[in-house]
Amino acid sequence: MQYVDEFRDPQRARALLQAIDRLASQIHQDRPGPLKIMEICGGHTHTIFKFGLERLLPATVELVHGPGCPVCIMPRGRMDDAIALAQQPSVILASFGDAMRVPGRRLTLLEARAQGADIRLVYSPLDALSLAQAHPDRRVVFLALGFETTAPGTALTLLQAQDQGIGNFFILSNHVLVLPALEALLSNPDLHLDGFIGPGHVSVVTGTQSYQVIPGRYGKPMVISGFEPLDILQSVWMVLKQLAEGRCQVENQYSRLVQSQGNQIAQQAMAAVFERRHSFEWRGLGAIPASGLKLQSSLAAYDAEVQFDLPGNLVADHRACACGDILRGVKKPWDCRVFGTACTPETPLGACMVSSEGACAAYYRYGRLAQITSDP
Amino acid sequence: MCLGIPGQIQAISDAAHHLAIVDINGLRRPVNISCIVDGDQALEEYVGAWVLVHVGFALNRLDPEEAAATLALLDQLDLAEGTADAIR
Ligand code: SF4
Repeated sequence: MQYVDEFRDPQRARALLQAIDRLASQIHQDRPGPLKIMEICGGHTHTIFKFGLERLLPATVELVHGPGCPVCIMPRGRMDDAIALAQQPSVILASFGDAMRVPGRRLTLLEARAQGADIRLVYSPLDALSLAQAHPDRRVVFLALGFETTAPGTALTLLQAQDQGIGNFFILSNHVLVLPALEALLSNPDLHLDGFIGPGHVSVVTGTQSYQVIPGRYGKPMVISGFEPLDILQSVWMVLKQLAEGRCQVENQYSRLVQSQGNQIAQQAMAAVFERRHSFEWRGLGAIPASGLKLQSSLAAYDAEVQFDLPGNLVADHRACACGDILRGVKKPWDCRVFGTACTPETPLGACMVSSEGACAAYYRYGRLAQITSDP
Repeated sequence: MCLGIPGQIQAISDAAHHLAIVDINGLRRPVNISCIVDGDQALEEYVGAWVLVHVGFALNRLDPEEAAATLALLDQLDLAEGTADAIR
């Protein structure tokens, strides 16, 4: 496929791996441990495992898997709210497939559906709006989640509902923002990272400029990256190059899609619909100030949090779960004592096992059940 | 849901609602192209363009020149020494 296959070319990958190797050994000389680079997006984590990039990189470079999976970070209490909504007889809950297995305190959406709740899978928020039009006697709630990549779609759908005077369509917003989460991570003194592979698709919307604080305030290089294997390898190489040359900047590897200003139309739609929450609870990371989006009060008629009675409980993460430390890059999935035993993709206990983009799920799925000591 | 995919615009299906038919890896899907519509251009001119699709919305057009430039840059790396067992 165009824009895919050429960015998977083995020969170019080989050249990149050699360049990485050379640079890494040059930088690594006066360091105790490997160079740690965090990929923020779950989509990057997915590519890294699918193509085995971790095993191709030299031992001097370690990839740390970041918090960028919006499904994984949905806290149990928010899932309970969605389930409570779906259980109301008048309600059709429309959800992306990814959210169906995310555990609440007692149930998942999948289990609630088996018990009779009317839950429909949708591919786009526009499908949820079509459901509302097709069922004027029901109340259709769209379980909105995701980062800046999906928030514009939710916003544009809501504006369309308003335009068409559709009164039985509601949004339960769980949209979150990347930068506040990154800043929360970076403020943690435990964190030892040398640089970041930045969120390519989020940056299509936000632009690259908003990430200047990462080198500016926290002194870490960041390379905005695409999602194919060559994109990720090139981005690793660009981070290393910055380290070798003593530079610290935001660079853009994904220039075929990302511009410095981002997408103005998407930004305007988001600004017309959402405002920041004072604080939002992330599974595994806890409350992060100004990291979540809710509907503006002028759109309360569409806001499920206003129009329905929701339990709104805060439910603590599972005791055994080490997701927080994994998201901070302090631990690896095999350091968690329930990894692969009590916690598997079929019966996830924690956030990182929930979606295929989560670090624990990726390790499990691609057979990394224990630390591989024979790595080069 | 969160993985964006490139696709190519095949036709405009509903101009009023900015809906296009996009071929995504062989599947034809309705996609809203509001985020890439620039008021001065007729919608038909978007047919053939490659776009990045997230949850039914096109977030941007793919720039063929920039893609070629990225690949050309990679080709400048020394290929002669390639021995590592890379991506299959
Ligand atoms: S294995 Fe499960 S419980 Fe352990 S850290 Fe990962 S998601 Fe959490």
